Amino acid sequence: MSKRVPLEGSFATAEAARMADVDVIAAYPITPQSHIIERMSEFVHNGELKAAFVPVESEHSAMSACWGASGAGARTYTATASQGFFLMHEVLYFVAGMRLPVVMAVSNRAVGPPANIWGDYSDAMSASYTGWLQVFAANNQEIFDFTLSAFRIAEDPRVLLPFMIHMDGFTLSHVVEAVFLPEQEEVDAFLPPYKHPYAYNPDNPCCYGSVMSPATYGELKKAQDVHVRGTIPVIKEIWKEFGDRFGRYYKPIDSYKAEGAKTLLMVAGGLSETAKIAVDKRREQGESVGLLTLHLWRPFPFEDLYKAVEGAENLVVFDRAPTLGGPTGPIIGEMKAALFGVRNDLRVAGILGAFCGRNLEVTEFEEVIDRGNAICERGSQEMVETVGIRG
Amino acid sequence: MEGEYIKFGKNQVSTEEYLSSGHRACQGCGLAINIRLALKVLGKDTLCMTPASCWSGVGSAYPDAAWEVPWMQTLFENVSAVAGGVSAAFDILEEKGKRGHRKINSVCFAGDGATADIGLGALSGTLERGHDIVYICMDNEAYMNTGIQRSSSTPHGASTSTTPVGPAFAGQQTQKKDVPAIVAAHNIPYVATACVSYPFDYMMKVRKAAEVKGPAYLHVYSVCPTGWRSAPNLSVEIGKMAVETGIFPLWECEDGVYKLNVNPAKLKPVDEYVKLQGRFRHFNAHDIAEMQQTVDKNWAALKRKVEASQVSA
Repeated sequence: MSKRVPLEGSFATAEAARMADVDVIAAYPITPQSHIIERMSEFVHNGELKAAFVPVESEHSAMSACWGASGAGARTYTATASQGFFLMHEVLYFVAGMRLPVVMAVSNRAVGPPANIWGDYSDAMSASYTGWLQVFAANNQEIFDFTLSAFRIAEDPRVLLPFMIHMDGFTLSHVVEAVFLPEQEEVDAFLPPYKHPYAYNPDNPCCYGSVMSPATYGELKKAQDVHVRGTIPVIKEIWKEFGDRFGRYYKPIDSYKAEGAKTLLMVAGGLSETAKIAVDKRREQGESVGLLTLHLWRPFPFEDLYKAVEGAENLVVFDRAPTLGGPTGPIIGEMKAALFGVRNDLRVAGILGAFCGRNLEVTEFEEVIDRGNAICERGSQEMVETVGIRG
Repeated sequence: MEGEYIKFGKNQVSTEEYLSSGHRACQGCGLAINIRLALKVLGKDTLCMTPASCWSGVGSAYPDAAWEVPWMQTLFENVSAVAGGVSAAFDILEEKGKRGHRKINSVCFAGDGATADIGLGALSGTLERGHDIVYICMDNEAYMNTGIQRSSSTPHGASTSTTPVGPAFAGQQTQKKDVPAIVAAHNIPYVATACVSYPFDYMMKVRKAAEVKGPAYLHVYSVCPTGWRSAPNLSVEIGKMAVETGIFPLWECEDGVYKLNVNPAKLKPVDEYVKLQGRFRHFNAHDIAEMQQTVDKNWAALKRKVEASQVSA
């Protein structure tokens, strides 16, 4: 039997890590992630969780200690945001390339300058090519569910890859919502003990991270790419089992009032719930519009995207990360690339906004729908169009 | 102790080899001797970690490997943090009953660049947190793998590819950073300097480092014939000279008490050391006198530190 408790997003992910009985947490504080690691240290110091809490001197060392711990056979968890995320960046590649199932929550936050603490996806989007599996949570229940299932997916012998859960800084991390928590026995039945087949072992000495020349590097990277892409069936299988056990089913892309819709709005993360209200309003007015909530960002869910946009004429993608000097926003750009040559009849518009925690109202999502439709009808748009931002 | 041993007087050394022959180290490489001798002491139950260094190519370029124990290449600046994570994991897994009791040494073999420069912050954090690791800095006094660029551990005046000898500036313009002193300031259980020209002293220190619970640090003088422009057959000789001149004194610090392991009644003059190495080829009488002055000053300061710690103990 599950119980329903009020939890802010930070505590939801921490609670999932506690119930997963993590062995090692290595972390460094940064706003708006700090509640997560404070809660983890409380669990350890109160004796509610038997784990090593490693209070490192930087995020670079946080991810490095996670690397060592995961490779030694420990279930490993950490959390960060923004500048801390950037400081651990080079280590992210190694943890993925070393096939270590570290789970990390990211309280998404803008990147400076200007110095800031509020949410957008500038940090998340910088990790798109690191080889990590990545999901965006839209509410605190999803933060709990995605964190718990992340351990199971990441540690699956068919996967063995690190997993990050993106959760909006402040608007989810610091907002209290009702969250269903399962019983410990239910979690234990879902999550088997972690066992890495190549954990550091003197009886089976291996080399990890050997130098490779041009003669083999390309083949290894190609194999890694094929592997990362190939995890989608496992992710879906485990989310299905999660749904069967806990009653909540997840898909790489969620469709809301999307059936038969002429226009589909696509939003990732917490703002998708505001967008839902905008879609409700427009549906009430008889407009043919639906919502796609993007959950799975890596691996990119190509087939799910094609299925989700079936029958639609316009796709309006909303993005929360500036790509200075580049082609529009990262999600917009990737959606266009994924659809090119597959659905040339589908018109795609992209609008950016909500940088650095800037609030976006229901009426502004209505504006996104209207402007998106107009762009699609017109067949052209400025490279970068924003909503709710002056200038 | 297991396996076969050879006796050298009162010392005995394992015949086991955990660093196999056929690696790509240059002739006379101090690092190869460091690792080989250390592994004879550490034995099979050891995980070796090396940051980006000569050892990326020397010991383990795919598909070859000279390591007979598990080995991992880390990033340049994070070897100590990775090792700390390994040690934390082994400890907690044993505590939670997920792993039986078996002591596995988490050992870092890092260069002076990784230790004194880019990885100093991570090293400090790992030492402060008290992880049970052995950190062996193999100090060859420059970034040798990338082509002999200066580090903060390069001695004053030495010529490197980023401190060349020119009419305006000749060689390294700064004094060598005293990393073992910085490490000792963390009050960890065991800190020592060592040199493979004194192999039994070095191996004794590796043993102590492995046996203490908590972090242990060895700062090992490592001749690089390629980078120092010295004759490969003189590596052991140059190491002895470094110790006998007082340029690289051998000491250990156990729980805050310092001890000089080699204490010559009279130091040899530094010019004997300088003339064996092309990196000091441009030194004139003034440069040598200046170097002698620095060595004398540092030696006197070290002796005062040793005496003071023994009095207070």
